[in-house]
Amino acid sequence: MTNDYAIETQALRKVFGSNVAVRGLTFEVKRGEVFGFLGPNGAGKTTSVKMLLGLVHPTSGSASLLGRPLEDRQARAQVGFLPEHFRFHDWLTAAEFLSVHGRLHNMTPTRLHQRVLELLELVGLTPFADKQLHTFSKGMLQRVGLAQALVNEPALVFLDEPTSGLDPVGRRLVRDIIRQLRASGTTVFLNSHLLSEVEITCDRVAFIKHGEVVHTSEVSALIDGETTVSIRARGFNQQTLTDLAQWGRAVRTEGDLIIMAISDEDALPAITRRLVECNVEIFSIVPQRLSLEDLFIQVVGTDGGL
Amino acid sequence: MNTILVIAHLTYREAIRRKIVLAALVLGMAFLLLYGLGFYFIQREITSEMSDLQDKLLHTEASNFLLLAGMYVVNFLTIAIAALVSADSLAGEIQSGTIQSIVTKPIRRSEVVLGKWFGHAFLILLYMILMAGGVTLIVRVMGGFAASNWVTGMVLLYFNSLIIMTLTLAFSSSMSTLATGGAVFGAYGLAFIGGWVERIGSLVSNQTAIDLGIVSSLLLPSEALWNKASSVMTSPLTAMTGMTPFTSGSVPSNLMLGYSVLYLLGMLAITIRRFNQRDL
Repeated sequence: MTNDYAIETQALRKVFGSNVAVRGLTFEVKRGEVFGFLGPNGAGKTTSVKMLLGLVHPTSGSASLLGRPLEDRQARAQVGFLPEHFRFHDWLTAAEFLSVHGRLHNMTPTRLHQRVLELLELVGLTPFADKQLHTFSKGMLQRVGLAQALVNEPALVFLDEPTSGLDPVGRRLVRDIIRQLRASGTTVFLNSHLLSEVEITCDRVAFIKHGEVVHTSEVSALIDGETTVSIRARGFNQQTLTDLAQWGRAVRTEGDLIIMAISDEDALPAITRRLVECNVEIFSIVPQRLSLEDLFIQVVGTDGGL
Repeated sequence: MNTILVIAHLTYREAIRRKIVLAALVLGMAFLLLYGLGFYFIQREITSEMSDLQDKLLHTEASNFLLLAGMYVVNFLTIAIAALVSADSLAGEIQSGTIQSIVTKPIRRSEVVLGKWFGHAFLILLYMILMAGGVTLIVRVMGGFAASNWVTGMVLLYFNSLIIMTLTLAFSSSMSTLATGGAVFGAYGLAFIGGWVERIGSLVSNQTAIDLGIVSSLLLPSEALWNKASSVMTSPLTAMTGMTPFTSGSVPSNLMLGYSVLYLLGMLAITIRRFNQRDL
């Protein structure tokens, strides 16, 4: 069964001295999925990613990548990683940089040469192939870093804040690359603060707080999910509210606001009609879809998990 | 093996690209120029007064002395270069995070350590060839003098710098760059003073002083290796009088040489172990 999962963790825990960085992480990422890893700063996201990649040794718990135990080199041969911020040897040229990383994957020179050209093309850096990386802008560095993560055509890619420092064009490029990766069956583990990005690119998200997964959710369920409707009206009574319950649930009032959750926006005209029939005066009807940001705040809390 | 080569090549290329090699070359050349000039004038002084066989003997001894003086500086400079290029090597990459995208590749961490070790060893070898070769050539061409056991001496000096480089890597695997530099030069200073205590001890035949020197050699055998190297390159006559400041009356035994080899391997093992255990 293990092979259905690209990542599987079981109570993964990391303690630095007296500080518990990750309390007990249990989650699975299916193969071929684009998985968003969300949480406030200091929730243990980076430490978690580092444990999965073998950079940080877990205090306890277990995990597997592509069905193999952590720190297994055969698994890492199929993994790509873009670290947070730019952390590479910037005295190399873009082509040299990609070539070094390909050689660490033991790629043959002919294959590697071909691959470097492909990747530079993919991230739009072909004209800068022979420029040293310290001359690059933040966005260009992020692009070449992303190319590095893909050099071995990985089955699983970890992207730590891939769009930070990118302008809208760069962000779209990253998004397109993630889509291409998904289309080719690559599993993507995305660590990002940009919730709107995650909403667009991810299949599923996990929220972590204090080093524990507190909620996982399909992104499509979020989008197709419940809509909260706020109706500002006057002249309604308990009977009206009971009537409305046939189109939705959790009907409640807040002053002259009727708030209810509906599963389908198509119910709105019927609701309006019924209210008019009951002689209720309507001032506004506002459907509000629960965004990832709402969910984030709901799950993590406004204190940011501190 | 492939990984070790890639890392070694990367280490070497970094030193070239970051102009570390250039800086070392320019300063090395400046030293050789100064040394050559000094040798020339001293040589001229001696030659002008040289008449018979006795002076010829003096001339040889003087050249030997100057060779050792040059090698003494070369030894020190090579050790300094060895410590400087390797101090930032692991510590710097851990601190900056560049190590992260390297060790997450399908490689062993030990291969990273070994790759860096070979890369530094190669750089130091180049520097050593330039500096020691330069000094030897100057003495050879200007003084017409070639030391006996020169090759053995050079191997020992190179080995000495490898010891310092490996010790630096060991510190660098668990400390910051700055702390590493401090620790290595501290250890070197200890061994240096220990070496002199031993030298003076042997001159005045004080066993306690000699023992102190030996203990410091066990902590870091760099001075002992220099002693061994200089003693093999010293002419028998000078060695008999024991009059140069560059050689010691008590020449380290072969046991000490064996210990030094174990010391280097031990330091390398500690580096790999520490780096393996470390959270990056």
